[in-house]
Amino acid sequence: MNRFLLPLSIFVVVVGFLAVGLKLNPREIPSPLVGKAAPDFSQPQLYDREKVFSPADLKGKVWLLNFWASWCSGCKTEHPVLMELAKSGEVPIYGMDYKDLPEEAMAWLRQWGNPYSVIGMDDAGRVGINFGVYGVPETYVIDKQGVIRYKQIGPLNPDTVSQKIIPLVKQLESQ
Amino acid sequence: MKWILLIVVLCVSGPAWAGEARPLADDPAAEARLKHLAVELRCLVCQNQTLADSNAPLAEDLRREVREMIAKNMSDKEIIEFLVSRYGDFVLYRPPLKATTTLLWVGPFVLLTIGATALVITLRRRAHKVVDAVVSEEEHRKVEQLMAEGGKRS
Repeated sequence: MNRFLLPLSIFVVVVGFLAVGLKLNPREIPSPLVGKAAPDFSQPQLYDREKVFSPADLKGKVWLLNFWASWCSGCKTEHPVLMELAKSGEVPIYGMDYKDLPEEAMAWLRQWGNPYSVIGMDDAGRVGINFGVYGVPETYVIDKQGVIRYKQIGPLNPDTVSQKIIPLVKQLESQ
Repeated sequence: MKWILLIVVLCVSGPAWAGEARPLADDPAAEARLKHLAVELRCLVCQNQTLADSNAPLAEDLRREVREMIAKNMSDKEIIEFLVSRYGDFVLYRPPLKATTTLLWVGPFVLLTIGATALVITLRRRAHKVVDAVVSEEEHRKVEQLMAEGGKRS
């Protein structure tokens, strides 16, 4: 019996490591930007190219910045969640139309609805790079001082919104 | 006749596709630096490819950014810092030695040491066993007998 003890314990340890490894998502790369000031930008707005959208205008507010595109299928999945959140009025959602064509973006919003307060255009993907975006949709929670407090990689779902986003927004607003 | 036509068409159309892989180098020195940097950097979309290999749109954008930074005469270190500050250490193919990556760097050597120790111990034990095996007179005779029988059979 004793001679099985060592191989068995090694086996259990290996299985333990593999079990944890299976649950990790290699697509979720921790962002070094959480806890740092959101990168500055000033981008033309989708509905009025003459106007600019800049985070400087939002100082003193807690807001969400959502990177999306009409060509992105995950954004379609996420969209009803954003619509619901916008309707609840818990937190303003600002959009960044990532590497998209304005006509297609507008057609997409006409078809599915527009949850965004303001939408900026990031044609070249430069704002995306500054925010460390590597796949849309991605959503950032930005506090009153303009610091990134949370990054969601991939679509938001009702659970993340109710368990993470809304409590965090409430906490940041009370500060 | 059809075959000749086909061959002619294929030969003529060759240069048309060759246009796709057109070198972007206006400045060969800058392009060489880009290549040298891009093999050290990971594409974040297709994670097992380098920035140099990947055709993902993000990799193209990042190559464009790196190219612009090279044009601005930024050092390799500054360019890598630019990317790490946005995408984290994950963007590097060679993770830096830090508290969180100690296991990654030291782990293989620890495993090697454990393996080597286990091997040495096992070999020593085995050597003892072989020496300790005593063959009695009775057993010796039996072996001789069996070998003799085996010889007859073949």
